[in-house]
Amino acid sequence: MIQKDIVIIGGGPAGLAAAVAAHQAGNRSILILERDSVLGGILNQCIHNGFGLHVFKEELTGPEYAARYIRQVEACGIEVKLDTMVIDLTADKIVTAINEKDGLLQIQAQAVILAMGCRERPRGALNIPGSRPSGIFSAGTAQRFVNIEGYMPGHQIVILGSGDIGLIMARRLTLEGAAVKMVCEIMPYSGGLKRNIVQCLDDYGIPLRLSHTVTQIHGKDRVTGVTVAKVDSDRNPIPGSEEFVACDTLLLSVGLIPENELTRKAGIVINPKTLGAIVDESLTTSIEGIFAAGNVLHVHDLVDYVSTEAELAGKNAVKYVSGRLVKNESVAVVTGSGVRYTVPSAIHPAIAETITTIRFRTDNVYKDSYVSVDLDGERLQHIKKRILTPGEMEQVLIPRKWLSERPGLATITIKIEEE
Amino acid sequence: MVDVLIIGAGVVGASVARALSQYELNAVVIEKNHDVCEETSKANSGIVHAGYDALPGTMKAKFNLLGSRMMASFCRDLDVPYRNNGSLILAFCDNDLPRLAALKEQGELNGVEGLRLLTAAEAKRLEPNLNAGVVGAMLAPSGAVVDPFELTIAQAELAAVNGIDFVFDAEVRAIRKTTSGFLVTTDRGDYETKVVVNCAGVRADELNNLVSTRKLSIIPRKGEYCLFDKQVGTLVEHTIFQMPTELGKGVLVTPTAEGNLLIGPSAVDVADKDDVSTTAEGLAEVVRKARQSIVSVPTGFVITAFAGLRATERDGDFVIGEAPDVPGFYNAAGIESPGLTSAPAIGDHLAASIAIALGLELKKNPIRKRPGTIRFETLDTDRKAAMIRDNPDYGKIVCRCELVTAAEIRDAIRRPLGATTIDGVKRRARAGSGRCQGGFCSPKVIRILAEELGIDPLEIVKSDQHSIILVGFDKDDM
Repeated sequence: MIQKDIVIIGGGPAGLAAAVAAHQAGNRSILILERDSVLGGILNQCIHNGFGLHVFKEELTGPEYAARYIRQVEACGIEVKLDTMVIDLTADKIVTAINEKDGLLQIQAQAVILAMGCRERPRGALNIPGSRPSGIFSAGTAQRFVNIEGYMPGHQIVILGSGDIGLIMARRLTLEGAAVKMVCEIMPYSGGLKRNIVQCLDDYGIPLRLSHTVTQIHGKDRVTGVTVAKVDSDRNPIPGSEEFVACDTLLLSVGLIPENELTRKAGIVINPKTLGAIVDESLTTSIEGIFAAGNVLHVHDLVDYVSTEAELAGKNAVKYVSGRLVKNESVAVVTGSGVRYTVPSAIHPAIAETITTIRFRTDNVYKDSYVSVDLDGERLQHIKKRILTPGEMEQVLIPRKWLSERPGLATITIKIEEE
Repeated sequence: MVDVLIIGAGVVGASVARALSQYELNAVVIEKNHDVCEETSKANSGIVHAGYDALPGTMKAKFNLLGSRMMASFCRDLDVPYRNNGSLILAFCDNDLPRLAALKEQGELNGVEGLRLLTAAEAKRLEPNLNAGVVGAMLAPSGAVVDPFELTIAQAELAAVNGIDFVFDAEVRAIRKTTSGFLVTTDRGDYETKVVVNCAGVRADELNNLVSTRKLSIIPRKGEYCLFDKQVGTLVEHTIFQMPTELGKGVLVTPTAEGNLLIGPSAVDVADKDDVSTTAEGLAEVVRKARQSIVSVPTGFVITAFAGLRATERDGDFVIGEAPDVPGFYNAAGIESPGLTSAPAIGDHLAASIAIALGLELKKNPIRKRPGTIRFETLDTDRKAAMIRDNPDYGKIVCRCELVTAAEIRDAIRRPLGATTIDGVKRRARAGSGRCQGGFCSPKVIRILAEELGIDPLEIVKSDQHSIILVGFDKDDM
């Protein structure tokens, strides 16, 4: 059995940043296991710009952003195994992986960082009725075909779901010569970033139909069209509002799901809201020494936040390996009204960083509302926000001082308060 | 001139071909689709029915029992996933209890063994997730689940290695009686044959009616299903039925032979024999009825929905055997449920009849077993390591949801009657049948298919000839 201090599962943005941070924190026994033949993960197919504004203070494409971290990983001499799929993870941190060259590998890790990313929700998750022809793609699959393989998935496109990948693909497919007829969003608001709606739809005159969904897929061999209908406030199609839209392709951008098969195999507790592990402020999961960061933990809006989150996991994995991550009392982070989830779910005041970032998403669109932070009912923060939407990740910063000044503190509640 | 022309490469046609392939003969299977297992055989419950619900004395009762009894060893020989998980039939009100007892009696008349009436408490001990409203149940221990794709594909492969020809994309246009047999006109040429076996599923009536005055009438009865992530595949252990009605066996909740959870089917007669679209009403009904059995059906874990057409004959029974007024024309028509269970036995029966009629002799050394694709995921660690040492392609995962390796995909393409389409790979090697439904692996599967078949990725189809996936290169339309 191979022995490693830190095994990082996934060489996308989270895994890369975690590895560099762990190296910088002094560890020299790090192994990245990546299932693809190159590092960088999904960033490789995200050839649009808009990455890196927070981390590098400049606008990069996905591959450029990834390259910055890949160069650091290489400069640090961190060991990487490509084309390597982890097929098992146990609670005592035995990682089983396979590849062509080494065959089957078993690695006893002292610490494991989960950085497997997420996958797209398929058609089945929506149960869109109709036939099952070719021409139905998830937006990310279409992105791979167009940006990596050089193939067009269709000529006339309808996109269901206004998540960021769907918006980005509306623009990409237009630039590559396809006609994007519309983007339908079942919610009354978009699931993507505002800037993407402006730059990917508005700039190209692609209509965004809010409160609309696809109620039927037509076509025997290949998609010939879809029925689009308006939905009521309970998201049920409104009879009489149906409209047939001819197209040969339906792209689905209907949500991302953290890819936690290995997490489950190890018996780690999953948060039903994020579908990622439940973690504390050190990004430790329910198993000490197993950390999670990036989209496998919760789906992020910007890769920059993936990187900063993963750096924390890398740093704490080193602390854990060297016996410096000793925990005692913890404070629970509670989701108050308007907050769908928080990461982390608990903070250990004794070992927390000077400032702990709590990331969260709201459960709806809130205008001119306040993000409040209560410590056992005592309001310590009340910040006005012009707009809060579920498509954008929010954060609050918790100074350790607040916690250390309040021994016996039980809860930190994050909530949205309307005027 | 061939000895036998089998029309249709669903599970029934494949069963007939497999059984006939044990004899010395010249036989061809013609299929209008691009692959075997493209219609009803790919879209059903995948259940080996115990045999209690067919009326005693019917063809359905006879072949169901034969099929159910032979299935375990048959699947062992053909390397087909099969699991004898037992069936439970639920009663929801006291009025159902006498009907349940009558069902047990009927089953015993049919020859089904081991049927047992259970109290609600006994049933819930077996299945803790049963609805609180269950008042009693019948246990049918011989009920089982089988992979319907593999049951069809395995038999077709065995037939092929024993010398039976398969011709795809060949729809029958006409059948004419000749002095020595039949002349069958298809999209891909004419066939002169001594014997025709009609295994044409929902269209078996149309073929029969071309030559026989004993008209058949098949009304397609649509059944819709929802398939769930393997993560919830153990919600139930048994196949959970409700009391049968005149339209069928009702909505079931079952684990599949592959370990998913499956609910369905609905039962609606439709006019169009190609209409396998799902409907909002149908899927909602399936969920509603499944929840009568298991309240906690986890709809958030649905990975796909599909519909199939049962070939329901007007008279309600299988039509099996030589058409009384057309010697040499054999029907396997009206094969709706329990058709999957019955198919291997129907194949044996028809092959035996045809062998007598044509005076066929058994082959000296026919191949009787078929090795399936090796399922890398199911092997233990040492065996996995050894497999990769022998063939590094086992170290390359292509489908991450079902952990399918490149070696398995190449095998699915290279084996007899191998896959030529995305769906063909999916049904043989499971790549794309998992929770992301091909999102990650389809680009890789397209590449492997193109490489193995020596064609351009632009020519790769999902299933039928026109179901192309990629339409051109970037900027072609500009």
